[in-house]
Amino acid sequence: MNDLETLYRQVIMDHYKNPRNKGLLSSSGYKTIHIKNPTCGDDITIQSLVEDGIVKDVRHDGTGCSICCSSASVMSETLIGKTKEDAEKISEAYINMLTNKEYDENVDLEEAIVYQGVRKFPARVKCASIAWKAFQGTLESE
Amino acid sequence: MDPYKLKKDFPVLDDETLIYLDTAASSLKPKQVIKKLDEYYEKYSVNVHRGVYNLSYVATEMYEDSRNKVSAFINADFNEIIFTRGASSALNLVATSYGLNNLSSTDEIIVSELEHHSQVLPWQNVSNITKAKLVYVPLNKEGRITIENFKKVLNENTKVVALNYISNVMGYIAPIKEIIKLSHEVGAIVSVDAAQAAPHKRIDVKDLDCDFLSFSGHKMLGPTGIGVLYGKSKLLDEMPPIEFGGDMNDNVDLYEASWKEIPYKFETGTPGIAGAIGLGAAIDYIESIGLEEIAIHEKELKDYTIKKLEELKDITVYNKTAETGIITFNIDGVHPHDAVTFFDGDNICMRAGHHCAQLIIKWLEVVATLRVSFYLYNTVEDCDKFVESVKNARDFFKSVGF
Ligand SMILES: Cc1ncc(COP(=O)(O)O)c(C=O)c1O
Repeated sequence: MNDLETLYRQVIMDHYKNPRNKGLLSSSGYKTIHIKNPTCGDDITIQSLVEDGIVKDVRHDGTGCSICCSSASVMSETLIGKTKEDAEKISEAYINMLTNKEYDENVDLEEAIVYQGVRKFPARVKCASIAWKAFQGTLESE
Repeated sequence: MDPYKLKKDFPVLDDETLIYLDTAASSLKPKQVIKKLDEYYEKYSVNVHRGVYNLSYVATEMYEDSRNKVSAFINADFNEIIFTRGASSALNLVATSYGLNNLSSTDEIIVSELEHHSQVLPWQNVSNITKAKLVYVPLNKEGRITIENFKKVLNENTKVVALNYISNVMGYIAPIKEIIKLSHEVGAIVSVDAAQAAPHKRIDVKDLDCDFLSFSGHKMLGPTGIGVLYGKSKLLDEMPPIEFGGDMNDNVDLYEASWKEIPYKFETGTPGIAGAIGLGAAIDYIESIGLEEIAIHEKELKDYTIKKLEELKDITVYNKTAETGIITFNIDGVHPHDAVTFFDGDNICMRAGHHCAQLIIKWLEVVATLRVSFYLYNTVEDCDKFVESVKNARDFFKSVGF
């Protein structure tokens, strides 16, 4: 049970209970992607605002388990202020880390590194990656 | 019925720490069924209905013998049993073949929010294409289909009634026999989703007088990839095939062809031969124990578990009065997906989510639920360990701040 305890005690609960950058905006310039996992009911919308090659804002909203919702919040804090290239690199490294693929360990995942604990629960990897996948989608739709 | 003895027939349960409470999704398979599959693959793994050599004759005999077993199992005639990929394919066959060819904009189709997606979505599709009206039976406050409410939506325009026999989320048994009788009085046909009924309840299609009835092999100790559609022969005879190809045809000309008699006109291509034969073995296994005994056992486990859960705070059970072995619940304030990872840690297999039945989850006004379901291989010890795990899960999530 220790793995689970570690996972939840860290950042996850804090961000689950007090999500940062939550709520969508209708201002112009925001790219929006909505992803749903119909089997479990996770339903997440991510927005990003990129200006002059910088990720100026990341917003999120939706419903889901604690891992899904907290990861969206952590992601927003991690990525705001990064260059678009860095945000892409971090997202890629994060997803590869979760799915046990090789990833560039020089990339600083900041707080998002705690989600490496999710690797011990393969059935939950999807929960931890859905927000990040949606973010990647917003960059692609640039 | 001795579950401790029966457990030994299920190789997955050789892991004595494993507690399997997800039979409603798929049952475990006993070695008698696995052996039968091996027998097919090792001794006569050839095609059916085609070869004129002896081995093909043997395979065909075994395949058709399973059809015999299925027909006896639900008291149907041999030619009224169509093998399909599963309950979903069977339910779709009814909607696509019967529905698309018999309904029009003045007709009504009755379904309910208690349906599995495999029952409601094919009719939603028929409704969109034919413009026949899709009508929902209002559920009572427990979430049941009642005769009283059914009568409110049944009328002279009703042409099809498509309902479940036992709900895969709530475990309620619908008053299907009476529904069928009332439907016939207005000239409607009834397609019964028996995916959760066939493994747990004696079904007599003649006594029910249902027009169609569908179920899957894998939920009743049989292999995956095999299911059954029962249809009254006089309806099946009139219905067009929905898949065309080898084996289902009679004479083939350049611009026209004719079809075989039922059931074969609905079974094109090489069927799930091993699956059908394995399903026959599963029926033998179930019959050797008795469906009535199995149902009593599951209900005892369910009642026992509900009683224990009622002693726990912060647990909401949504279907306390269910007549079958399904419990749908939540730990208050904890998303089912978080909870299920805890249970997984205790090696308890159970379901979290929508259970392919979003309409009833929305009706319950929750995001998702947890579900456990019992079968003949579950024991009181499984229930105790499960309840203990629920308690620990609740305490754990409270302790980390849920
Ligand atoms: C009530 C009900 N209907 C239909 C189905 C569909 O069965 P299958 O997935 O085997 O096609 C299921 C099983 O998931 C079910 O529980």
